[in-house]
Amino acid sequence: MTGFVVPLIDWAALAPLLVVLGAGVAGVLVEAFVPDAVRRAVQVVLTLVALAGALALVVLRWPVVVGTPETAGVSDVLVGGTVMVTPFALALQGTIAALAFLGVLVVADRTSTGQDAFAPTAAAVPGTSYEDLARRAGLQQTEIYPLLLFATGGMMLFVGTDDLLMLFVALEVLSLPLYVLCATARRRRLLSQEAAAKYFLLGAFASALFIFGVALIYGFAGTVRLDVLRQNIASGAAPLEGMTVLLVGGVLLVLVGLLFKLGAVPFHAWTPDVYTGAPTPVTGFMAACTKVAAAGAMVKVLYTVVVSVPADVANDLRVVVVTVAVATMVVGTVAGAVQTDVKRLLAYSSIAHAGFLLVAVAGYTGFSVRAVVFYLVAYGVATIGAFGVVTLVRETRLTGSADGSAEPAGADGEVADDGVVLGEATHLSQWAGLGRKAPWLTAAFALFLLSMAGIPLTAGFVAKFTAFSAAVSGDLTWLAVVGVLASVVAVFFYVRVIVLMVFTPAPDAEVTRRLSGEGAPGAAPASGTAVEVAGEGAETTGGGVATATRTEAARTVVTVVGSRGPAAVAVAICAAATILLGLLPGPVLELAGQAIKFVP
Amino acid sequence: MEVTNYAVLASVLFAIGATTVLLRRNAIVVFMGVELMLNATNLAFVTFARLHGDLTGQVLAFFVMVVAAAEVVVGLAIIVTIFRTRRSASVDDVNLLKG
Repeated sequence: MTGFVVPLIDWAALAPLLVVLGAGVAGVLVEAFVPDAVRRAVQVVLTLVALAGALALVVLRWPVVVGTPETAGVSDVLVGGTVMVTPFALALQGTIAALAFLGVLVVADRTSTGQDAFAPTAAAVPGTSYEDLARRAGLQQTEIYPLLLFATGGMMLFVGTDDLLMLFVALEVLSLPLYVLCATARRRRLLSQEAAAKYFLLGAFASALFIFGVALIYGFAGTVRLDVLRQNIASGAAPLEGMTVLLVGGVLLVLVGLLFKLGAVPFHAWTPDVYTGAPTPVTGFMAACTKVAAAGAMVKVLYTVVVSVPADVANDLRVVVVTVAVATMVVGTVAGAVQTDVKRLLAYSSIAHAGFLLVAVAGYTGFSVRAVVFYLVAYGVATIGAFGVVTLVRETRLTGSADGSAEPAGADGEVADDGVVLGEATHLSQWAGLGRKAPWLTAAFALFLLSMAGIPLTAGFVAKFTAFSAAVSGDLTWLAVVGVLASVVAVFFYVRVIVLMVFTPAPDAEVTRRLSGEGAPGAAPASGTAVEVAGEGAETTGGGVATATRTEAARTVVTVVGSRGPAAVAVAICAAATILLGLLPGPVLELAGQAIKFVP
Repeated sequence: MEVTNYAVLASVLFAIGATTVLLRRNAIVVFMGVELMLNATNLAFVTFARLHGDLTGQVLAFFVMVVAAAEVVVGLAIIVTIFRTRRSASVDDVNLLKG
C-alpha cells in the first residue's frame, strides 16, 4: 500500500486555463447574486478581463516555453501529462484567447437599438404571452457570458492536452455551451432552436464516434496518452501488437470527431444550418475559435500517429487527409458560389477554409504546422470581423405602411426614427448598395472578403501562400494546384458580394414594397424559406410563422444600425490585423515558426 | 468465457446505436442511440482494461459516464424546447433551414 503522492502542479503553466474557467464559474455566481441593474455590465467586464488576462499570461509564458536564444524552452507537462503546454499549444491558446476577446466584443454590443442579439428568456416558447412579458420587462440573458467563457476554456484545453481522454472531455466542454448558445437568438427563434437541435444531435453523434475511437486505441496500445502511444508502437510494447486494425480504426474514428468540429466534408452538413440559425455574434465566435481548436488537436493527433505507425498505414492516413481536403475545398467553393444568404455564404466559405487548412496539414512538415498556425490567425480575424459587420446590417419595418393594417403590436424592436429595427438583413439582395449607406462598414466587409479570397496585401494571401507552399514542400504539388484552383473559384463569389455592395444601386423602399407585394422572393428578406413553406401549405406547424414573416418582409428596408462601441472596435481591430498581417507578416510568421514544436 | 466476446458485443452495441441515430426519426430516440453508443464505448473500455490488466480503462468509463450525463442535460433541454414550440420531436419536421 503506497501513500498518496501529491502531484506536482505548476500553477503558472495552468494559469491561462484557470483564469478563463475560473471566470466562467465566477460568472455563474454573478448570475445568482448580482442585482439585475448591473449584472450585464459586471458579466461583460468579467469576461473581457478574463480573456485579456489569459492572453497576457500566455504572452508572459511564451519565453519560458519556447525558449530564448540563451535558454532552451521547456514544455510544461502537468497533472500526469493530461495538460501539456508545448509551444504549439501555447500559440493556439493565445490565438483562441485573442479571437474569443474579439468575439465577445461583438457579442456585448447592444447597437443603437439598445438590444443585444439574445432572447430575453431563451426558455420561453416563441410567440407566447410569456415571451412577450419577458420582452416588455426588459429581461436579459446574461448567462451567455459564462457559457462563452466555458467554451473558450474547453477550446484552450483542447489544444493543450496530450491525452485522448482529456481531448474528449475538452471536446464536450467546448461543445455543450455552444449547443446552448445556438438556441438563444432574439429573432428568428425557430431557426435558432432548430440550429441548436441539429448541432446537438450531430455533435453528440460525432463525439460518440470519437470516444469509441479512443476506446479502440486504448485497446491496441493500453494507453490514451499520445506520447506513450508513440513509444509503445515504436518499441513494440503495445499489448495487442499485431492488431493494427484496432489502431487504424481508432485513429479514423478520432479523426471523424475532429473533422466534424473542423467542418470538413463529408462531416460538414451541420455547418451552414448552424451558422445561419445561431445568433450572429455567436456564429462569429464559434466559426473562428472552434476551428482553431479543432485544427490544433487534429495536427497533434495526426502527426503523432503518422510518425509512429508503419509506413504503409501512414500513407493510407495521408491519402484520407488529402481526399478530405480536396472534397472539402470543392464542396465549400462550389456550394458557396450559389448561396443567396450572407451567413450561409460565410458558412460555406468556412468549409472551404477547412479544406485549405487540410492542404497545409497534409504536407506533414514543420512548414505545415507554421502554415496552420498562421492560417488560423488570418482566418479567425477575418471571420469575426465579417460576422461583426453582419450583426449591424438590419431590416427595418416601416411604420405607417401602405395598407396601414399591421402596426407593430408587441413589436420586437426599438422604434427608431424611421421604423422598427428587426433582425439582420441576411439575404444578399438586401446588401445591394450598402456602400452608399455605410461606406466604412462596407469597406471593412470587403476587406474581410478579399482576405478570405486570398488577394495580395491581405492576411489571407500570406496564409494561403504559406499553406500551399507547405503542401509543395511535402511533395503534394498537385494538391496545392487544386487548392489554387479552388481559391480562384472562391474569388468569384467573394467578389460577387463586393460588386453587389459597391456598384449595385439599392432598391429603394417603394420598389421593395412593390416587389414584395408581387411576391418576388428576391426582394423579400428572409422569405426565401418563408414563401416556400407557405406555398407548400402542408406544414401546419411552420405555416403560421412563415406567413407572419412574409407579411413583415413586405414592408422592410435595410438599414445599418450604429454600434455602441464594442462591435465597431472589434471590426476595426480585425480589419487592422488583416491589413497588417498582409503587409508585414514577418513577425507573426516568425512566432508561428517558433510554435512548430508540439512534443516536449 | 472469452474476453474478446465482450469486445465484439461492444462493437455490435455501438453499431446498433449508430444505426439508430442514422435511421430513426424521433429526436429522443436518436438521442438514445447516442447514449447506446457511449455505453458500448464504456463496455469496450472495461473489456480492454480487463484484457490489459490495468485500471485506466475503468477510470475512463467513469469519465464517459459523467460526460454522457452532462450531454443529457443539455440535449434534453434543447429537444424539449423544440417540442414545446412545435408539438413534435420528429427530426423530419425540423426543416426550416436548408439550401
